[in-house]
Amino acid sequence: MLEIKNLHARIAEDGTEIIRGLNLTVKAGEIAAIMGPNGSGKSTLSYILSGRQDYEVTEGDILYNGESILELDPAERASKGIFLAFQYPLEIPGVATMQFLKVAMNEQRKARGEAELTTPDFMRRVKDAAEKLKIDQAMLRRPLNVGFSGGEKKRAEILQMALLEPKLCILDETDSGLDIDALKIVADGVNALKSPDRATIVITHYQRLLDYIVPDTVHVLYKGQIIRSGDKALALELEENGYADIIGEAA
Amino acid sequence: MNMQTTSRLTAAETALVEAFGAQIGELPGNGAVIGTRDRLLDELKKAGLPTRRIEAWHYTDLKNLMRSVPDAAQVSAIDPIAPLVEGSKVLSILQGEADAKAAVDGVEIELFKDRLADGSAAAGLTALDKDDAIGRINGSFVRDGYALTVPADTELDAPIELQALHAAGQVHTRFPVSFGAASKATIIERHRSVTEGAALVSSISDITLEDGADITWIILQQQAAEDTHLGQIRVKLGTKAKLRLFVINAGGKLVRQELRIDVVGEGAELMLRGVNLLGAESHTDVTLVLGHNVPHTNSTEIIRNVVFDRANGVFQGMIRVAPDAQKTDAKMSCNTLLLTDDGGFSAKPELEIFADDVVCGHGATVADIESSHLFYLMARGVPEKKARAMLVNAFVAEIVEELEEEKLVEALEGVISAWLEKHA
Repeated sequence: MLEIKNLHARIAEDGTEIIRGLNLTVKAGEIAAIMGPNGSGKSTLSYILSGRQDYEVTEGDILYNGESILELDPAERASKGIFLAFQYPLEIPGVATMQFLKVAMNEQRKARGEAELTTPDFMRRVKDAAEKLKIDQAMLRRPLNVGFSGGEKKRAEILQMALLEPKLCILDETDSGLDIDALKIVADGVNALKSPDRATIVITHYQRLLDYIVPDTVHVLYKGQIIRSGDKALALELEENGYADIIGEAA
Repeated sequence: MNMQTTSRLTAAETALVEAFGAQIGELPGNGAVIGTRDRLLDELKKAGLPTRRIEAWHYTDLKNLMRSVPDAAQVSAIDPIAPLVEGSKVLSILQGEADAKAAVDGVEIELFKDRLADGSAAAGLTALDKDDAIGRINGSFVRDGYALTVPADTELDAPIELQALHAAGQVHTRFPVSFGAASKATIIERHRSVTEGAALVSSISDITLEDGADITWIILQQQAAEDTHLGQIRVKLGTKAKLRLFVINAGGKLVRQELRIDVVGEGAELMLRGVNLLGAESHTDVTLVLGHNVPHTNSTEIIRNVVFDRANGVFQGMIRVAPDAQKTDAKMSCNTLLLTDDGGFSAKPELEIFADDVVCGHGATVADIESSHLFYLMARGVPEKKARAMLVNAFVAEIVEELEEEKLVEALEGVISAWLEKHA
């Protein structure tokens, strides 16, 4: 489903190279964890996959279902099924949460040539998904993410993911700032979306989240490259020994 | 009348003087009113339209910007339109003429032309200072409007819409409104052109809030692309009176909205909110002169501007705190979303504080759309154009929501999104 080939990318503004020859393949149905120390390029990779313009790809390619997505803007990628759950979801005053959800769902449907949702259908979908994530209706009446706690923001991200039904989910440090109860709710939300035609990339610094979202593959990112890949045992190894050994081997 | 001039008049000034000469016999008013009109016109002629050398008009050089004045044309019938907020009581002023049959339960209504005819309006036809061009133009030419009195302890259950519609030509209206003690009401002052032909509109509202009155006053300006709109609202706030004043500019070619507010009763509160939606080659100026004249009063002022195309905007915000107006609390901010390289916005906040125990502050920002916000919306599949429109809308909708009256908020948000859809 996703094939990243020899990817090099830098910050557009100052030319700093962050991704330096990254190779990664994620198959449909797979949950891939990307782990790595701070500054290894994890969040940058998530932004590049979703099309943020602050970064420039200088070499290599990203193939999604066999086609390059480098020329697509974030909205086009989203309507093709790529979803990024942000590490720090933004507060956007003045944009009502419900209106935002409706516009996002319908714009994606339009882009795919599907009919727009009727209001009752939309309301029902939101209500069902919100209940599962223990999001109360008062939260949905507020402007987007405004005044939400850290945990509420992460749940709101997973709500959007559930409603938009993406094919490739990228979770950027979704566990950061969550207590264990909130973490379980979020993980349940993610696991509920697991299906043979959907892939998930879980970006995390710690092994903790992987107790709840069990990965099929684990990849260690360091200095903009995948330096080691393995199965979930690799995550446990990292938890025990830290990154130092693996980094030492790769160097 | 005396046609001798002390300086050379511009085409627009000459046209105003000539229009006055042509109308003098038919403008409503008794001797006192006619005398006042003549004096105001004479002052206008002597001073000329203000230029950038006049401090209060520094960013809006009226002499230079107002190149011509449309003829005071007779216009065929204009039909009233649906009120902004469903269920409002509509008082129509069509091409500057009020409706003699207008009535609202619980409110005393007089036609302003009757007050001109009997002379009771004469004392109010003033220029507030030597640079008050709007006071002079309106005082010289005003024909009609409504004088409203909301009696003490009256609570109006529906908004009153002062619906001023016009076609091309000249329209000069006046709305003296007195809100009795502890009265409660929402007034929507709506100015709108029904054709594309150029018009010159001047309109002054003189409003007084007696003790404890609680009033929402909306000024919605939706003039046509060639119109000049000169508006002024003169406000007196009594003890513990509360005024929410919203000014929305969404039209016109040359617009000046002056807000002259005096807080004269302790415990009074002013909430001023302004939204300026600026496009094409328009010039729009909102000028506030606010006097906190007594102790223990507070005010907040937030102006939000969106600039497209070659539009220019101005906000001048002067807050004066009198020497004995201790414990004044005033906060003013002016935020602009500049979405073009060819337009501009000038903000000039001024605080003149003569008391020593006050909290006063001001701030101004000019920015483009936040790129991280844009990315967030696009990452959810919202195409760039739509995402931008949502963010621009959000920037101004945020302060409209402070109105808290659901139907009013919805209606104004509708005006804003319709404008943005057309211009963005």
